[in-house]
Amino acid sequence: MSATEAPPAPAEPQEPVLRKPSTRKRLVPYWLLLPGILWLLVFFALPLVYQASTSVQTGSLEQGFEVTWHFQTYVDALREYYPQFIRSLLYAGTATILCLLLGYPLAYLIAFKAGRWRNLVLVLVIAPFFTSFLIRTLAWKTILADGGAVVDLLNTLHVLDVTSWLGWTESGRVLATPMAVVCGLTYNFLPFMILPLYTSLERIDGRLHEAAGDLYATPATTFRKVTFPLSMPGVVSGTLLTFIPASGDYVNAELLGSTDTKMVGSVIQSQFLRVLDYPTAAALSFILMAIVLLAVTVYIRRSGTEDLV
Amino acid sequence: MTQQQTAGGDVRLTGISKTYGSFTAVHPLDLTVPQGSFFALLGASGCGKTTTLRMIAGLEEATTGTVSLGDRDITDLPPYKRPVNTVFQSYALFPHLDISENIAFGLRRRGIKSVKKQVDDMLELVQLGDFARRKPHQLSGGQQQRVAVARALINHPQVLLLDEPLGALDLKLRRQMQLELKRIQTEVGITFVHVTHDQEEAMTMADTVAVMNGGRVEQLGAPADLYENPRTTFVANFLGTSNLIEGDVVSTGDELTVAAGGGRLTLPRERCSGPTAAGGRLLLGIRPEKISLAHADEADTVAAGRNRVTGRITDSSFIGVSTQYVVESPAGKALQVYEQNVERDTRLVPGAEVVLHWNPAHTFGLDAAQDIDAGATSVEDGE
Amino acid sequence: MPVLRWIRRNLVVIAGLLTLAYMILPNIVVMVFSFNKPKGRFNYSWQQFSLEAWKDPCGVADLCGSLSLSLQIAFWATLGATALGTMIAFALVRYRFRARGAINSLIFLPMAMPEVVMAASLLTLFLNMGAQLGFWTVLIAHIMFCLSFVVTAVKARVMSMDPRLEEAARDLYAGPVQTFVRVTLPIAAPGIAAGALLAFALSFDDFIITNFNAGSTVTFPMFVWGSAQRGTPVQINVIGTAMFVIAVLMVLVGQLIASRRKSNARN
Repeated sequence: MSATEAPPAPAEPQEPVLRKPSTRKRLVPYWLLLPGILWLLVFFALPLVYQASTSVQTGSLEQGFEVTWHFQTYVDALREYYPQFIRSLLYAGTATILCLLLGYPLAYLIAFKAGRWRNLVLVLVIAPFFTSFLIRTLAWKTILADGGAVVDLLNTLHVLDVTSWLGWTESGRVLATPMAVVCGLTYNFLPFMILPLYTSLERIDGRLHEAAGDLYATPATTFRKVTFPLSMPGVVSGTLLTFIPASGDYVNAELLGSTDTKMVGSVIQSQFLRVLDYPTAAALSFILMAIVLLAVTVYIRRSGTEDLV
Repeated sequence: MTQQQTAGGDVRLTGISKTYGSFTAVHPLDLTVPQGSFFALLGASGCGKTTTLRMIAGLEEATTGTVSLGDRDITDLPPYKRPVNTVFQSYALFPHLDISENIAFGLRRRGIKSVKKQVDDMLELVQLGDFARRKPHQLSGGQQQRVAVARALINHPQVLLLDEPLGALDLKLRRQMQLELKRIQTEVGITFVHVTHDQEEAMTMADTVAVMNGGRVEQLGAPADLYENPRTTFVANFLGTSNLIEGDVVSTGDELTVAAGGGRLTLPRERCSGPTAAGGRLLLGIRPEKISLAHADEADTVAAGRNRVTGRITDSSFIGVSTQYVVESPAGKALQVYEQNVERDTRLVPGAEVVLHWNPAHTFGLDAAQDIDAGATSVEDGE
Repeated sequence: MPVLRWIRRNLVVIAGLLTLAYMILPNIVVMVFSFNKPKGRFNYSWQQFSLEAWKDPCGVADLCGSLSLSLQIAFWATLGATALGTMIAFALVRYRFRARGAINSLIFLPMAMPEVVMAASLLTLFLNMGAQLGFWTVLIAHIMFCLSFVVTAVKARVMSMDPRLEEAARDLYAGPVQTFVRVTLPIAAPGIAAGALLAFALSFDDFIITNFNAGSTVTFPMFVWGSAQRGTPVQINVIGTAMFVIAVLMVLVGQLIASRRKSNARN
């Protein structure tokens, strides 16, 4: 570096000149945000506004729709489709709990017990992702088929008698029953439970287990008082990542269930794409959104984990 | 490395300041760092020393004032156009590049193609020849630190800025690296500006130390001068330990006589930075190692003409080369006295009545109108 | 009883492995049934071994066309979402600006929204604008829902990056562009790659949003969906199995290279 510019005379102490950070620099974050945020505003937020407006319109496809503030649509939609709503929440909730119960041991296994097999097990958890989930869901049709090994076994053990009595299955078959749908939902969203659980379990210092043991905690107490509380962030984000998509899902209900197991996603889909009753579809989808957002907000508040984003 | 940078010049800061919103990190400041010197900015965390350094580097935009190098105003130059390089706190070595690519980084960015020779020379200088192909995380803290120095020095900057470069090292390694850095500086002759909160480090390494406090330079000078002649209580307490005794001037002349601690103490007028007229309030300072202790039974053996204070030992701790006493006296509740362990007087135990005495010429005087405890908190817990 | 005690001690491992089996089982079924020669239109029950489908994976009308369409959409969606998401992630971590809270919510909400809601509302928008449903509407939708996931992945990485590294680069004569290309990008790369991979997987496998907004265009998941109604060709299983095998191989090779590189660096 050589000083080629004319050297300015050292400034005499005079009125101090305040330098403001240049406007160009201050605008950098806005330029970075602009395209992505614009995308979300136009293709995520704006559609919700359109949908809100559609839900209070009346009219028909031939004559066009008009905003008439017809809130009756919401009432009618709820009155007609409340079973599907309840079913959706029930199935999604059950699947979430099952995912937690099934996923936790596996996440724990990967984090603490797998040793040098850890990466292999992780790959096995993620690998099914690469086969389209629709293909894998169809595979359940084979697995749960009437007269298949699984159903035969459950029949022999009289498990299906119990589940039929509970209303989960019907007359010795699993396919086309609530149990098949919940089984499919659980299967499909398990990785979304396991990965966050694993991430938060993996962060736990193994020495904490030793410390707890040193302080007279039995393995069970150690789990209850140390491990589980520390894995709460994983539990919270895992349940959210499972429950939210499961509540709006209709693929499992359509492929593995029957007309008696239809979830609200199916209704929205058919209203929108087949019946072409846009106001009802929009109202249904808004109600679903409201329920889910409410549930998520309450859940996040109560579990005290606000730093999920 | 024999090349000497000749086209350099002093670093001159003129009225430079930095404010963030309503908080002033650095008050308008004038400072000149002579070319080729080892200059230390010393202060506790948050005193503005790092901000000052970053303004020289260009990483922080000055709110007012100018930075110049020799005759050249570099205030508005971005960091990558300044002939100044930095050794960062915790080094900031690029984790994705190996050691030799880390060191070559600056040369390559300036479009220099054949870097091998220079990189090898540099590795030699910092004694890391065998580590060229390692990644930073495979090196120890001390080795990383040397890479950080090499990475900056290879560019032959006119000024090398060091931001707490030894903060992450353990005590022993830190002492070793202090000598190492000093050696390198002497060898390359580049101006070093070194930011630290460790007063011992600043005094060992630097030719000139600027003590900063609350965004201002409290005092600037050679280490020995700062230590012997602090001009504020902050400097007196921050650099080493000082006993500060409050008193009133009773007579003036080349020697000031001060009524303090129930007696009279004298000090040379030229060592007093406070009011020297009769009636002026002063803080008399005396370093713990300058004080001698005599048991009260032998009070009469103390030579005439020495400053004396009587008191009682409340605590003593043996630390090998010396013994440190805490003495309660009318002059101060907890005067510190360090005695060399040459001939230990076994009567000097807690509870013993003693006389503290010292050469009046070792006394310094400060204006009493300031906080007597400024800068007295522990230095080590700075960052 | 020693057996019972062994079971009790290894309860977690046994439960975990059972879950793993539950997760892998469908893939095994898909693989086995890719060698089936079904009677009738549906490939749900085992008949006899056959390599026919493997010899002619594109033998079903529209199958490979839909696959290539899905790959194209996934590629462009990944590119778009990764670029936009990375920019947002950097802005969020590195800069201060107004309306940070609102922007954070806008990014979080798509992830907290059932897919069918986004699908339906986006279709409302397209219908209102009179947009032609097809490749472009699907691509727009995919970039939209992948974006938030990329932001989250990249943000985590950028947050753990020491800003002093970029300062060091600028101090060492790298201008803004050089700093970004030589330092920021290589260090943020693992996060960006993770985000991109996630986006690709999400886009390629998406059905619900695609189904609403594709019009008469048929992606691979839509083809599978349709065949579940009309009849499932064995070729679906072949393609599912092939993708599974390729993915696992890629992961294994990647691991191998990484460990090779690690041991090289040590020597």
